[in-house]
Amino acid sequence: MTDVVAMILAGGQGKRLGILTENIAKPAVPFGGKYRIIDFTLSNCTNSSFYIVGVLTQYKPRVLSKHLGIGRDWDLDRKQGGLSILSPYAASSKGEWYKGTAHAIYQNMDFIDQFSPKYVLVLSGDHVYNMDYNEMLDFHISKRSEATIACIQVPIKDASRFGTIITDNTSHVIDFEEKPNHPRSRLVSMGIYLFNWKMLRSFLIEDANDPDSMHDFGKNVIPKMLLKNRYMYAYDFDGYWRDVGTIHSFWSTNLELTHSMPALNLYDPNWRFYTHSEEMPPAFFGRNSKIVNSLVSEGCTVYGDVEGSVLFQGVKVGEGSLVKNSVIMTNVNIGQNCHLENAVVSESVIVKDGASIGIGEYVENVEQPDIYNHGISVIGEKTIIASGAQIGKNCSVGNFLDMEKMNVKILESGHNLRER
Amino acid sequence: MKVLGLILAGEKGKGLGKLTAKRASAAVPIGGKYRAIDFTLSNMVRAGIKKVGVLTQYNPRSLMDHLGSGREWDLDRKRGGLYILQPYVSESDQYWYRGTADAIYQNMTLLRRGSEDYVLIGSGDHIFSFDFNALYDYHMTSMADITVMTKSIEGYDPKLYGVVKTNDEGRIVKFEEKPPNPDGDKISLGMYFVNKKMLMDLLYTAASNGGYDFVNEIIVANLDMLRIMSYEFTGYWRNAKKSVSEYKKINMDMLNREVSRELFYQNGKIFTKLKDLAPPKITSTGSVKNSIVADGSIISGKVEDSVVFRNVEIRSGAVVKDSIILENSVIEEGAKLNNCILDKNVTIRSERVYKGYDEPLIFEKWQIM
Repeated sequence: MTDVVAMILAGGQGKRLGILTENIAKPAVPFGGKYRIIDFTLSNCTNSSFYIVGVLTQYKPRVLSKHLGIGRDWDLDRKQGGLSILSPYAASSKGEWYKGTAHAIYQNMDFIDQFSPKYVLVLSGDHVYNMDYNEMLDFHISKRSEATIACIQVPIKDASRFGTIITDNTSHVIDFEEKPNHPRSRLVSMGIYLFNWKMLRSFLIEDANDPDSMHDFGKNVIPKMLLKNRYMYAYDFDGYWRDVGTIHSFWSTNLELTHSMPALNLYDPNWRFYTHSEEMPPAFFGRNSKIVNSLVSEGCTVYGDVEGSVLFQGVKVGEGSLVKNSVIMTNVNIGQNCHLENAVVSESVIVKDGASIGIGEYVENVEQPDIYNHGISVIGEKTIIASGAQIGKNCSVGNFLDMEKMNVKILESGHNLRER
Repeated sequence: MKVLGLILAGEKGKGLGKLTAKRASAAVPIGGKYRAIDFTLSNMVRAGIKKVGVLTQYNPRSLMDHLGSGREWDLDRKRGGLYILQPYVSESDQYWYRGTADAIYQNMTLLRRGSEDYVLIGSGDHIFSFDFNALYDYHMTSMADITVMTKSIEGYDPKLYGVVKTNDEGRIVKFEEKPPNPDGDKISLGMYFVNKKMLMDLLYTAASNGGYDFVNEIIVANLDMLRIMSYEFTGYWRNAKKSVSEYKKINMDMLNREVSRELFYQNGKIFTKLKDLAPPKITSTGSVKNSIVADGSIISGKVEDSVVFRNVEIRSGAVVKDSIILENSVIEEGAKLNNCILDKNVTIRSERVYKGYDEPLIFEKWQIM
């Protein structure tokens, strides 16, 4: 498709992921054993043959930029189009951060114009889903739509967390409400928009000049288009789509992959998910290891027991240890006789012998119950968990901590450990 | 130091039977995701060699597909890079490579044109991990004309290798190919380090005498005239093309943590063609003991003492023991395998039982049992 430019919004922090996004942007958060969240959107672009892709970065882009490189892993290193990383920039008169989703696209109008596309597809780098954008494009064209919003149905009680859409029986959008208190519809926006570029362009300029605007698609641009009676349609998507914006949804969406016949098929040869991964030898399973319902990536060596968990590349599980219902990220080293349950352990953490995580009484998190809940405990990257340490439920242990040096052995349920 | 790497990868490897019916021995799959040539290629690249020529002849399709532009080994370069050297027809002659020396001789242009001072000759069948810098150092400090990599004969059948005898300072005084009564305590590993200009001279001389074999024409013929030294390697080294049981042993050696650490971690990574498959999945009925399992595989059956390559499906109730399962194979419900080697894309139908006795049982590509 040469008449579509895909713009991926990848600048968000994802505050509700707590320490997981303290140092990296949400699209760069590892997912599914070897991927990062943005891989799903990028792979959808490649699988849909959309080869002109701009990735808009802002919040802590180091890991994300390194991961993307020149886009080679997604076949996006192209002589025509390909992947471009679009960061906020300084111009002769003034430099500006992206003030909102619409402003981010506005700032990169030059980038889009050079391809003179008919359509612009605005995507989010925060979601895990598989979608053929061609079907949405076909829908857009056949409806003679000027703006198409991809939507899914959610239970009405959850709808208030999203932008809700009210349509007539031809999928024509009549009204759009961003995070309403009393939702009138189960149809919610996936944050995926397809616009006729000429039309969008004029609305972006108008929006940029509006001092009262928050420069957000859902809050400002879409309502303005509706107000001016532009042809707007809702594309009802019935495939797999997950917003992994909270610790609980991140954890459960990962663990879903370990079920038999999960909704997201990572093994479909016709819809591969591509990523940038390190070269490591295949996973090794020791003679006394016991593994069920788990993903165990390359470079892993497992001597202990693993149950219902996702192990990323290069994870070691020592003898006598049990890892249950947990997400263990790249190069984590778990010693002997450890016990991990309902844990999310970030990259390169060392769990020394005899430590336990996620064991104990269920107590709500004292400081941030909205982030650390459902009994899940989260360990930050490169942290060292002291030998014999006991970490309870709903806990968090910050990034780059050394519990041995801090002389901490016990973290009771519901508490956070940070640098002092 | 500028070194040109040459990898001999043109052989069939008769000892491997059906496994090399449709591929050169350098392309035989090893250790879950690699091919034999990955080891020598990665060793060379890690030692800073920027230009590598791969000499192919016997059925190179799968080898070529694997190597591609050399990108996985950082050899897709504007300067240097990967050169695939196939036999060719020209105005003056049209020969297959008639031997190892002839293969290099026919590609003299590559030697003549480059700015390299030295040539490192390796083979696509060798499974080992080594920092070749140690070999350069030895070559320099021992004032060698040619350095041959060797290893203690212990654990190797002399009838299958070249046997080397050295004097006290490590100079080779005798070199016999596959002798019935070996006189010497080392085997040659078939890897040579030599000054490029000297190699060119030696090759021209050999060619004008009608000699085609590297060992005979370059090494044995010059033992008196040149200072040919032996560099003794002490790590893990195996030749994948010797026999089926050797091939199986190499794969099973990967289950040994010491070997695996030496091969894949100690000197850096072994690179291979990436396939971007999802992590392997062990389902509720699956169990894996003392085995390696590569990406994209889904294990619902029992796997023990085995090497499972990429994209393999082992369904529930199936039992795989002491076997090697290559890419894309499917083992259906209740099937049982013991001491078997399944080539790529083999399907074993449910409830079938196969067992290899003295030799592993080999199933050819695309077989459906």
